[in-house]
Amino acid sequence: MRLEYSEEDLAFRAEVRAFLEERLPAHVSARTKAGLALEKEDYLNWQRTLQEKQWVAHAWPKEHGGSGFTPFQKHIFEEECVRAGAPELPPFGLSMLGPVLIAFGSDEQKAHYLPRILDGTDWWCQGYSEPGSGSDLASLKTKAVREGDHYIVNGQKTWTTLGQYADWIFCLVRTSSEGKPQTGISFLLIDLDTPGVEMRPIITIEGGHEVNEVFFDNVKVPAENLVGQENMGWTYAKYLLQHERVGIAGVASAKETLKKLKKLASETDDGEGGKLIDDAHFAERMANVEIDLMAMELTNLRVLAAAQAGGAPGAESSMLKIKGSVIRQELSDLMRRAVGPMALPFMPELDQMGSNEEPIGPDGAHLFAGQYFNRRKYSIYGGSNEIQRNIISKMILGL
Amino acid sequence: MDFNLSDDHRMLKDMVSRFVREQCDFDSRLKLLKADKGHDEAVWAQMAELGLVAAVLPERVGGLGGSGLDIMVVAEELGRGIVVEPFLATAVLGAGILAEEGVAGRGAELLDEVIAGGHKLALAHYETGARYNAARVDAKIEGGKLSGAKTMVLNGGDADSLIVSAKDGDKLVLALVASDAEGVSMRAFKTHDGFGAAEVSFADVAVGADDVVLAGAAAEEALGRAIARAVLALCAESLGAMENARDATLEYLRTRTQFGVPIGKFQVLQHRMVDVCLEIEQARSIVLLAASKLDAEDRDKHMSAAKAFMGKTGRMVAEEAVQMHGGIGVTWELELAHVAKRLVMIDHWFGDTDYHLKQFQKLSKAA
Ligand SMILES: Cc1cc2nc3c(=O)[nH]c(=O)nc-3n(C[C@H](O)[C@H](O)[C@H](O)COP(=O)(O)OP(=O)(O)OC[C@H]3O[C@@H](n4cnc5c(N)ncnc54)[C@H](O)[C@@H]3O)c2cc1C
Ligand SMILES: Cc1cc2nc3c(=O)[nH]c(=O)nc-3n(C[C@H](O)[C@H](O)[C@H](O)COP(=O)(O)OP(=O)(O)OC[C@H]3O[C@@H](n4cnc5c(N)ncnc54)[C@H](O)[C@@H]3O)c2cc1C
Repeated sequence: MRLEYSEEDLAFRAEVRAFLEERLPAHVSARTKAGLALEKEDYLNWQRTLQEKQWVAHAWPKEHGGSGFTPFQKHIFEEECVRAGAPELPPFGLSMLGPVLIAFGSDEQKAHYLPRILDGTDWWCQGYSEPGSGSDLASLKTKAVREGDHYIVNGQKTWTTLGQYADWIFCLVRTSSEGKPQTGISFLLIDLDTPGVEMRPIITIEGGHEVNEVFFDNVKVPAENLVGQENMGWTYAKYLLQHERVGIAGVASAKETLKKLKKLASETDDGEGGKLIDDAHFAERMANVEIDLMAMELTNLRVLAAAQAGGAPGAESSMLKIKGSVIRQELSDLMRRAVGPMALPFMPELDQMGSNEEPIGPDGAHLFAGQYFNRRKYSIYGGSNEIQRNIISKMILGL
Repeated sequence: MDFNLSDDHRMLKDMVSRFVREQCDFDSRLKLLKADKGHDEAVWAQMAELGLVAAVLPERVGGLGGSGLDIMVVAEELGRGIVVEPFLATAVLGAGILAEEGVAGRGAELLDEVIAGGHKLALAHYETGARYNAARVDAKIEGGKLSGAKTMVLNGGDADSLIVSAKDGDKLVLALVASDAEGVSMRAFKTHDGFGAAEVSFADVAVGADDVVLAGAAAEEALGRAIARAVLALCAESLGAMENARDATLEYLRTRTQFGVPIGKFQVLQHRMVDVCLEIEQARSIVLLAASKLDAEDRDKHMSAAKAFMGKTGRMVAEEAVQMHGGIGVTWELELAHVAKRLVMIDHWFGDTDYHLKQFQKLSKAA
């Protein structure tokens, strides 16, 4: 047993760190570290910069332009990116659609879509959930009916993350109502500029705009936009979920938040002449999360090591998702708690790009409560923590 | 022992409850969040007309009660409707201080107008860097001039007058200052839980003898009582908000279907809903206890017990309710999301769970 990184891994870390120091724009890093939204162009520019090194698509093999990183390299890369304040590139094209196309897409689809994902020509969003189909995804109703060389799509998708920036959406649609609900689902690529598609914003609890609903009214989609075989979409969607192991726990971002929290606590007055970090109650709260996070980091590395050795993906991603979401939620709770009354102001206008209004209280304090409320999503999206527990009890415990 | 509300309290409760349902609907609240004003003038005028300021003041000054239970009954219903009107700032804190025995001068004369809804108050007490420490006052009155800065002044931006705490030598003074007096600067904003608040600073603001509401030990005691009343009102608001969250979540568990059944059929959600209900029963008990102790010698111990409990439980109820709603629970358009925000943010007003736990430890060691 050896709990240290190899020499190669350490050299790789140094290389990534040097690259980030040289190439990451300061304003992007500052906004990312503050937890503020970025413009589409910021993401795209950063993606292009990274792709100079072929460091963008970690779930793709090298021959398709992917990074070919080992699981440990992916982890190290993520840690360095978070540490430097590099934006997290939206996963929809790079981590979700790309691998599905590589595994199940036609040669034409691969040749057309993959390069456009890599260079940012197409921004993708994910159209799985519907108003009536969240946890019970297989009950989805958005219908695609084959008419000649087209599908006619009718229905509604919702919770579409960053859909406002997207050019395309990959959807699960119903192509058959025979048999089990899972067997009548297909995987369809839809150009959001097609007539009959309408996207509306959903404002989240803290006042931000990151999700949308998408309506399809007799939308004509070329039949060649079907991925793989008709009625096999559920299999492809599940394949995708199983390949989301690395990074799902958010260990790197949790460690960074913990650092930020400690700094904040050491600078914040406790109101009695000392600093918050020396307050016994608060210190205990921080220590508890830190210990959880230390364990989580090693659990994550254990899963990575198993993946590195080629172990088949099991329900580990469910475990990592549950523990990772809870720890990050707890950290967001401590951030708002740390600044005490200064967490109260709600000042969305301050967070706009280019705003020069003075904040109230310490830097970023007015954001912490909003972030805490927003982070409730961690235990809801991508399969709620209840659903993840159901998966573990079925798949691992055999109950 | 009798845990039933008296007829008077029941009538008061029903009246406030009906008013909130009819006049303080969720859509209006959403609109207010985007407005410059922290609250709706017309609604506040009606609340005063219904006697909701008078309800929490003693008969001696023309009030209708002023007991802990009076405050609890009104605040609970306002909390249920997540009402952002300045009841806490103007009635509980401001008018409560002006109604203290020994208040003379302008303050005493102003009270009738405050009761009638024609004049709004805010308490400018907490200072930057003092966190929740209510004992720290650096603002000063020297030679009749007030200088200093106050933070997170609830409803400050909408107040006609501020009651400001300041030191005149070693002596604590509560002084009445018009919001638009020369030397007062105000930065008003909204809070995450939807209220108006302000950062206020004072640069050589003239304070005459007539503006002094109370001074010395009387001021300190009055401030202590005011904060205790505010803590009680916040706890009662939290209780009302918890019950709102509980009802909304219960309804959602019955109506939202996934996998062909209402999600309330899943035992894991049933048990969590049960835990929420159990904690709310505990919450009602601790708030009732606090209400009954408002005028007792061990008042502060009970206020801290209640506030610590409500801070912890408010978070639990908010998080569980949001989680059981799934994605819809984290949307702006859903009332529950704002109820959850109020439940969590109440912990940031007048001392959070950690602060009050510490206070409680100090106070319960003695007895
Ligand atoms: C911020 C955000 C971003 C999102 N982004 C996307 C996106 O880009 N694309 C996309 O397709 N979707 C997206 N989603 C949707 C997300 O995947 C769903 O919200 C999630 O699957 C839960 O579904 P639901 O919201 O319908 O809740 P429901 O399924 O209605 O669940 C309600 C509650 O019931 C519980 N529950 C349900 N079934 C069971 C059961 N069998 N046993 C026990 N408990 C159960 C749930 O855990 C939850 O607590 C996003 C959601 C959010 C909040
Ligand atoms: C100290 C002690 C004193 C007792 N005294 C008496 C006595 O004086 N008279 C008498 O008649 N009995 C007595 N009992 C028995 C007691 O009532 C039973 O132990 C109890 O009802 C549980 O039954 P069980 O032990 O068969 O466990 P089981 O019923 O087999 O339960 C095992 C586990 O499964 C859980 N479980 C079972 N059904 C469900 C469900 N539907 N949903 C979720 N979880 C479930 C249980 O909560 C438990 O965790 C006593 C027991 C103890 C430990």
